[in-house]
Amino acid sequence: MEGMTKIVKTVARLVIGFILLYGASIVIYGHITPGGGFAGGVFISIAYVLIMLAFSKKVAMRKLSNFAASLSDNLGAFSFFIIGLLGSIFSGYFLYNFINHGTPFRLVSAGTIPLSNIAIGVKVGASLYAILVALSIYGRVLTEKEEE
Amino acid sequence: MYILCTVLFVIGIYSIIAKRHIVKKIIGMVIIEYSVNLFLILVGYKAGGIAPILAKGQDVAEFASKGVDPLPQALVLTSIVIGLGTLALMAALAIRLYEKYNTFDMSEINRLRG
Amino acid sequence: MENLALGTIAAPLGSAILILIVTKWWKRFADIWATVVGGFTLVASILLIGSEPIVYRMGGWAPPWGICLVLDPLSELMLLVINLLGFFVTVYSLSYMEWYTNKPKFFALFLLMMAGMNGVVLTGDMFNLFVFLEIASLASYGLVGFGVEAEELEASFKYLILGSIASTLILFGVAIIYSVTGSVNMADISVFLKGTGNNAAVLFAAVLFLAGFATKAALVPFHAWLPDAHPSAPAPVSAMLSGVLVKALGVYAMARVFYNVIPVDPIFLKVIMVLGVISMLVGGLLAIGQWDIKRMLAYSTISQIGYIFLGLSLGTALGLVGAIFHLLNHSTYKGLLFLCSGSIEKATGSRDMREFGGLSKRMPVTSIATSIGALSISGIPPFAGFWSKLIIIIACFRAGEIVPGIIAVGVAFITISYYVKLQKYTLFGKLPDKLAKVKESPFAMSSAMIILAVLCLALGLGYPLLNSSILSPAANSLLDTTGWGYITNVLGF
Repeated sequence: MEGMTKIVKTVARLVIGFILLYGASIVIYGHITPGGGFAGGVFISIAYVLIMLAFSKKVAMRKLSNFAASLSDNLGAFSFFIIGLLGSIFSGYFLYNFINHGTPFRLVSAGTIPLSNIAIGVKVGASLYAILVALSIYGRVLTEKEEE
Repeated sequence: MYILCTVLFVIGIYSIIAKRHIVKKIIGMVIIEYSVNLFLILVGYKAGGIAPILAKGQDVAEFASKGVDPLPQALVLTSIVIGLGTLALMAALAIRLYEKYNTFDMSEINRLRG
Repeated sequence: MENLALGTIAAPLGSAILILIVTKWWKRFADIWATVVGGFTLVASILLIGSEPIVYRMGGWAPPWGICLVLDPLSELMLLVINLLGFFVTVYSLSYMEWYTNKPKFFALFLLMMAGMNGVVLTGDMFNLFVFLEIASLASYGLVGFGVEAEELEASFKYLILGSIASTLILFGVAIIYSVTGSVNMADISVFLKGTGNNAAVLFAAVLFLAGFATKAALVPFHAWLPDAHPSAPAPVSAMLSGVLVKALGVYAMARVFYNVIPVDPIFLKVIMVLGVISMLVGGLLAIGQWDIKRMLAYSTISQIGYIFLGLSLGTALGLVGAIFHLLNHSTYKGLLFLCSGSIEKATGSRDMREFGGLSKRMPVTSIATSIGALSISGIPPFAGFWSKLIIIIACFRAGEIVPGIIAVGVAFITISYYVKLQKYTLFGKLPDKLAKVKESPFAMSSAMIILAVLCLALGLGYPLLNSSILSPAANSLLDTTGWGYITNVLGF
């Protein structure tokens, strides 16, 4: 039997969904409560690492392959870059907060910050997972994944 | 607390210089990084301070006088992320070195001389 | 103009990521796009020369609070140095990196390193300096170990450990400066420190900066990583490391911090001078004994960096002009020599000079380029290296520093001797039998070498023009700010 014992698997199956949800909520509420893209991204990656530990790597790779992880890693970074560039195009300054700020303490507020948070969350989640996968493959994949 | 910083820094330097095991060197590196992070946090610390996040309905003047300095915290977050990148690269290199030399002992990894 | 300055950072940074995305489906994209971006940053940095000082406010926040990019004459010059060599190295590696697997990753890391270095020379914020420094360093650790052979990994690990300690020291310095002044903006710090004068904490931070940046610049007591890391890396990477990285991360950052941010203390200039003289001497003497061609060039880099620091430490306008001019020259001819050594290594499969000989018959372009580079670095009159060394030596005597001046003259002779050795064993003499079939390197590599060789000559002949257009303004922008020029530009009062 691959992975760990049945107890671990059952608990993991129950918990993983909540971890993912919690990570997503930290990312989305990043601009009004403590947290943000990086912290939430770490949670998201931890959910996948838990799958990898509890069920074996094969299952985890089926959920999110190495290719998809590194692709979403790059896409997240690139969309953050695009958001910055749009600020530069619309108002002349890189990363300028060009969307209407809205009222404070609402979910849809603070202009571009939530969008950047989501981009960073995707990037961090995917790249942390990719690093752990690459390290666990033990040397068959080039490992210069994270150059933050 | 500042003494703790210094002690951590010295421990890190010691383990990089005196230990021969690669992983111990990496751990020393991480300890040094965290000692500096701790120092940065201490710089912004204020006795009895509150988290530098403006809550709903809070008085701005009171917030400004009581909140701890947010800038060092932002700096520490950035430096933690950088530290993470360095750590990942170091771990990857250590694994690759082990593959090539079949040892973690830095004194045996000495093909470059001169 | 403002967006052009931003573009020199943003374009490589964005396209490093873009390359990684697109090359998952289309491999050739990396080559094309890296060349385009290299060309763009080169053109941008040429266009920026001579422009008025620019302050670019990131996110629209005004300087003392937000992060700002500052473009003054010194930054313009450094941008030119970085992007000039960067573009030619990109062209060179189009065909050189065919020998390695995974070219897209190479270009992604390479562009990341370019973005980091451009950021280091443009930023006006201490912490941002640290961040860009780490981006460039991390990319360079990856590039040194790119071949994943045993020696390369070992060199990369050594470089990584020493480099991270240096970065940590710099971060520690930034933290102390912040705790004293309550600001991380360079101009703001400078204003504050002028008001209060130096206290013990600031001096401690200055020592930390000195150690950190000296490690990045490979001054002699801190040089242990360089002779391992530079020869082990692929040739284009060693050209970038030796030609630009040590200067952007070490020389530029140290000059900026000690001249513009922390009010300059005569003791520190003396320390830098002693370090410079020692590294000049030690690097030169160690280079004579080397048989590995790239290792000799690496030691030579240490020696030439010593010259730059000697000029920098004099604190006079002439010394600074000499140092900056030598910096520009050194990046062209050391880049050229490393590229040549790369093409020799690829043609013969070896780096040991004892196995070479008579290569001038088989590889005419490479050997002419090598000769020009060697003549220039050893200071033969019409070439650029002569003028910059002459200026530094004259500046030494003018400033009354007789002993360093004499040592600088002596080291110039040492430099000649080991480059004569390089030429004798590599280019002239009898061709060994097993090298009878070596071929000249491909077109992309040759063209990059030829252009750099022409530049070596052109920089020497065009010195008067260069001096008035960029060198003097750059030196003044360092010196002025012991007055108020830099601060006025940034803070606007």
